[in-house]
Amino acid sequence: MVFGGVCIDAGQSDGLEKPQEYLPPLPDLTESQSTVRTAISRICSNFPDDYWLHVDNMKQWPREFTNAIAKDGWLGICMPSAYGGAELGLAEATTMMQTIAESGGGMTATSSIHMNIFGLSPVVKYGSEEQKKRFLIPLIEGKERACFGVTEPNTGLDTLKLQSRAVREGAEYVLRGQKMWTSTAQQAEKILILVRTTPLGEVDKASQGLSLFYTDLNRDSVKVTEIPKMGRAAVDTNSLFFDGWRVPKKDLIGEEGNGFKLIMHGMNAERILLAGEAVGLGLAALRRAVNYAAERRVFGRAIGQNQGIQHPLADSWVHLEAARLMVMHAARMYDEGYSAGEYANSVKYLAGEVAFTTCERAVMAHGGMGYAKEYHVERYLREVMIPRIAPVSREMCLNYIGERVLGLPRSY
Amino acid sequence: MSGLRILVPVKRVIDYAVKPRVNKSQTAIETTGVKHSLNPFDELSIEEAIRLRERALPVSDILALSAGPAKSADVLRTAMAMGADRSIHVQVDTEKEGDLEPLTVAKLLAKVVAEEDRNVVILGKQSIDDDAHQTGQMLAGLLGWSQATQASKVEVEKEGSTVTVKREVDGGTETLRAKLPIVITTDLRLNEPRYASLPNIMKAKKKPMIKKTMEDYGIDIKRRFKTVKVVEPAPRQGGGKVEDVDGMIGKLKELGAL
Repeated sequence: MVFGGVCIDAGQSDGLEKPQEYLPPLPDLTESQSTVRTAISRICSNFPDDYWLHVDNMKQWPREFTNAIAKDGWLGICMPSAYGGAELGLAEATTMMQTIAESGGGMTATSSIHMNIFGLSPVVKYGSEEQKKRFLIPLIEGKERACFGVTEPNTGLDTLKLQSRAVREGAEYVLRGQKMWTSTAQQAEKILILVRTTPLGEVDKASQGLSLFYTDLNRDSVKVTEIPKMGRAAVDTNSLFFDGWRVPKKDLIGEEGNGFKLIMHGMNAERILLAGEAVGLGLAALRRAVNYAAERRVFGRAIGQNQGIQHPLADSWVHLEAARLMVMHAARMYDEGYSAGEYANSVKYLAGEVAFTTCERAVMAHGGMGYAKEYHVERYLREVMIPRIAPVSREMCLNYIGERVLGLPRSY
Repeated sequence: MSGLRILVPVKRVIDYAVKPRVNKSQTAIETTGVKHSLNPFDELSIEEAIRLRERALPVSDILALSAGPAKSADVLRTAMAMGADRSIHVQVDTEKEGDLEPLTVAKLLAKVVAEEDRNVVILGKQSIDDDAHQTGQMLAGLLGWSQATQASKVEVEKEGSTVTVKREVDGGTETLRAKLPIVITTDLRLNEPRYASLPNIMKAKKKPMIKKTMEDYGIDIKRRFKTVKVVEPAPRQGGGKVEDVDGMIGKLKELGAL
C-alpha cells in the first residue's frame, strides 16, 4: 500500500528511538513539540534528499519548499497571534528547525526560512503597533522575506565597531556603507539592518549610537553581489554596498541610538535555534551512515558489524543526543523566561562541533561512495561548517563561557 | 440540527512506512516503540467530510471518533486540525487486550450514531493493520442504512438527501445512488488529504474532545476470535540466471511453466 506522504503521527515514542528511521518520534518531546515534529515531517517527506541535491547542484532557491512551509502557516510559529502567528515557544520552533534539517534539508532548508522565524523578534518586542502590523503580517504570510544586515567586511565579531553610517535628513536617514554575509538578499524584499547613527567619538559607551532599521531592500540604492560558497549554494549569501540610500524614519525600530540593545534581544534565541538545526543535520548524516553500514558488505559481512565503523557511529549518537537534549533544555528555559546566555552559547558551540564530527564520520563510513554527491553525505559535510562559523565563532562562544561563567579575565 | 451530521471514525495504526515485525510469542505484530499514525484511509474520510462542507453543502457537524489507548487522542487531534468540529475518544486498552474486532467496533458506532443523531458515517474502507475491510459494511447492516463502499467520488444533492457515489470495483467503476442516511467507505483515489496547517493545529486545541468508555455505550468487548499464530511470509527465493533466450525457455519447460 503506497501513500504519497508520511501519515501524521502526533504521538510520542514509547520505546527506543531509531535514528536509522526517517524522523522517528523522540521520547522527551512534549505533546506540543511532537505535534510540530509530526506535521513538519509530513511536509518534509515531499522534499527528499534528491530535491536538496538538485537545488544545491543548480544553485536554485528552494521555492517549492519555502512556499509549502509558508502556506501552512509555519513561518509565524513564534509570532504573536494578532498578526497571524501561533505564539508557540522557542522549544517548538527549535523542534521544527531540527526536523527540517534532519529530513535531509540541512542548512539549505533551514536557512531559506530561518530569518522569518525569530530574526524579527526586535520588531515584535520594540516595534510600534503600526510597524508590527505593517511588517509582521506580510512576513508571517510569506509575502515578504527578510534578510539580516549586521556583519561587515571589516567588522565581524566586534559588532560595535561597524562602520556603516546613517545620517538623519528630515524625515529620512541616508545610509552609507557595506554589509557582508547577508543571506537570502537575492530573494528578500526587506532587510533588518544595523548602522551607526551617532559616531563612536560622540558616545559614552561603544554600545550606544547604533540604530536598527527594518526597511525595503531597495535594489536601486543597494548593490547586492552574491558570494560563491563552499556549500549551501541554493540559498544565496551576499555582500551589500550602499551609498546615499534613503530610508524613511518610520522604518526605524525603537529609538535612535538604541539599536544594539534591540539586536541583542534575539541573539540567544538565534543561537539555540541554529544549534537545533546543526543537531538535525548531524542526525541526517548519522541516519545515512547507519543505513549504509547495515547494508554494505565487505569481506563477507556488513561493514556495520566492524567496531571500527560501529563504535564511532554509536559515539556520535551519544554526542548528538547530548547536544539535542541540551538544546531543548536551553529552549525550554528560554521559554520560561531565562535570559542569560551561557546555554545559548554552549549549545551553539557544542552542536556545531558534534554535528561536524558526525558528518565527517558519515562520509568516511561510506568509503568511496561518501565522496559522491549521489550519497548526500558530502553535501551535509560542506553545509555543517556553517553552524560552526556562524553567527559567531566557536572561540567567541568559549570566550563567553571563560569570562562570564568561569570568571576568568577577558581575553580580547 | 438539520443538514448532514457526519461521523468520521478514525484509527491509530502502525505507520505505513514501518516494516512490521512479528512479536516473540508469534501471536501478533510488535507495536511497542513502533511509529504509529492515523490510518491513511481515515485521512481520506476526514478530508471528504471537510470537502462536503467546503462545497457549501449543509454540513452541520463533523464528529471524529476513535476507540483505542491513550495515544489515540493524537489521531483525533489531527482530525480536528484537519477540520473536524469535535471528537470522542473511547478509551480501550488495546495494547493489553488486543485489537478490537470489527463487529465490536460496528456495534459501538451504531450506538454513537443513535446517541449523536448522525445521518452520514464516512469510514476508511479498511485499516492497514488488520485489513479487515468489514466495519463499514457491518455498521450499515446493523443500522439498516444505505451503504456505498470503496468510494472514489461522492456527490450529495444540494437539498441533501440523495447521494451519488462512484466506487472502484474489479471490473471498473460502479455508480450507486442512495438516499440518506448512508454509510460510505473511502478508497485511495477519493481525494488528497490536506496537511494540518499550524493555525488549524492551534484552533484544534480548543475543540472539545470527550472521553468515554465502552461501558458508557453498553458494548461488550469480549473477543470472539483468538489469534493462534502470526508468522512472516516465507522469504522470497532468489531467481536463477540463464545464458540466453533458449536457456530461459529450457528452464521454464523444466519447471513445468511451458
